[in-house]
Amino acid sequence: MECINKRSFGQKLKAYKRSPLSLALFLLVLVSTILTIGILLFLIGYIMIRGIPNIKPELFQWEYNTLNVSLMPALINTVIMTFISLLIAVPIAVFSAIYLVEYAKRGNRLVGIIRITAETLSGIPSIVYGLFGLLFFVTALGWGMSLLAGAFTLSIMILPLVMRTAEEALKAVPDSYREGSYGLGAGKLRTVFRIVLPSAMPGILAGVILGIGRIVGESAALIYTAGTVAEIPKGRDFLFDSTRTLSVHMYALTSEGLYVKQSYATAVILLFIVVLINWFSGYIAKKLSKA
Amino acid sequence: MDKIRIENLDLYYGDFQALKKVNLNIKKNEITAFIGPSGCGKSTLLKCLNRMNDLVEGCRITGEVLLDGENIYGDMDINLLRKRIGMVFQKPNPFPMSVYDNVAFGPRTHGIRSKIKLDDVVERSLRQAAIWDELKDRLKKSALELSGGQQQRLCIARALAVQPEVLLMDEPTSALDPISTSKIEDLAVELKEDYTIIIVTHNMQQAVRIADSTAFFLHGEVIEYASAEELFSMPKDKRTEDYITGRFG
Repeated sequence: MECINKRSFGQKLKAYKRSPLSLALFLLVLVSTILTIGILLFLIGYIMIRGIPNIKPELFQWEYNTLNVSLMPALINTVIMTFISLLIAVPIAVFSAIYLVEYAKRGNRLVGIIRITAETLSGIPSIVYGLFGLLFFVTALGWGMSLLAGAFTLSIMILPLVMRTAEEALKAVPDSYREGSYGLGAGKLRTVFRIVLPSAMPGILAGVILGIGRIVGESAALIYTAGTVAEIPKGRDFLFDSTRTLSVHMYALTSEGLYVKQSYATAVILLFIVVLINWFSGYIAKKLSKA
Repeated sequence: MDKIRIENLDLYYGDFQALKKVNLNIKKNEITAFIGPSGCGKSTLLKCLNRMNDLVEGCRITGEVLLDGENIYGDMDINLLRKRIGMVFQKPNPFPMSVYDNVAFGPRTHGIRSKIKLDDVVERSLRQAAIWDELKDRLKKSALELSGGQQQRLCIARALAVQPEVLLMDEPTSALDPISTSKIEDLAVELKEDYTIIIVTHNMQQAVRIADSTAFFLHGEVIEYASAEELFSMPKDKRTEDYITGRFG
């Protein structure tokens, strides 16, 4: 049987002839889409082609030296840095979002100020955060260029981002859930933690993913605050060791001009990690929203 | 026997007076219907009875509401009040969790932890809401996958699970099809054996079908309050007559 609800190419052409403007619009959207995807594919392809042949076993040795240019310490530092920064920023961000949405009165002036501040903060270039971190954590608090100073700087940087996304996620939870919960005699605490927060979890996680993306991709703020030592922090005072993350590692390799090949290989690994993190958080979000 | 007594209740949203000197006595184990055109204050009054209006900013209430002679705006714990006076909302609002967890949420809130007890409460509540047979094999499924009518009966089960004394129903069938509506009406009639039910409805036929007493609201005032039979067959007030004969509203 011939399908009657599909328009043939001829029919479409006729329709576009009648209104050339819609044809123009159609072409415009099409070209934009192709361009967007094209640039992305080109970028990834370019990095892959230059990087993958240069991924060699010696890049993954535990100790960095100028012969092997190992990215392993930087890789591990990235994970530690991400973990500590999230540990500091996410609870504060989520709790402030809960305050703004669930506790503060709507139309409260303080809320407006906090919102504007958060928006302004997320627009500030990261090097400014780096400078602040250098002056405050590194110098004034005397932590030196260290893992901790870097993590604190980064957590301040992602705080407004995570807070704003968490706030939107909480606001998107229908009031009917809250009413239902209160109507059963549940108090505010139980309503927020058992009903509102679980429903908002996928949205909050999306904010955390954005935050991770910024941490992993950050270099400027870290060069000032965590330094560039390519070693895994060790010992009791490891929080006060200088470290370099993958992005900083890449920056160092490229700017030295001696290890361009290795820096492409590092870029491939960095790309791979970002994709992995995105996939993993999507997986968690799905799990959470089902439960 | 009066379960709830409302005395000289005034309610303001900001400058707007939504309820004016309301006096009503709600009888125990009866279905009381609140009828009236949109914006007449019937839902607002309903929400005064379990203090849901506390959540609305700029809402000011004066007067007294007595539950078994005790002032609910006095020292009574608000969460305990809402346990005693349950509510079913206009739009079915199951939580985004499993059927079982939806029903168990209330009992868990009030401290029941034992699995055996919870199983028992969940089954009894779902049976009371006449939805056990439909859902007994789907207790672990998400409540959001149910049809609108099933969701609303689930919400009734959820409200019954905390063993309230009074059940407030805010236009519980306005979002439902005729078959689901009649199921919920039958359910309400069955439940009045054990509960006191107050139902807000837009649908006068519904009030005729199930209500024992009916209050007619207009512009925030109770115009007439009588047994349903009396109010619909020989209304005393001209405005009630105009409304029930369909001249306005």
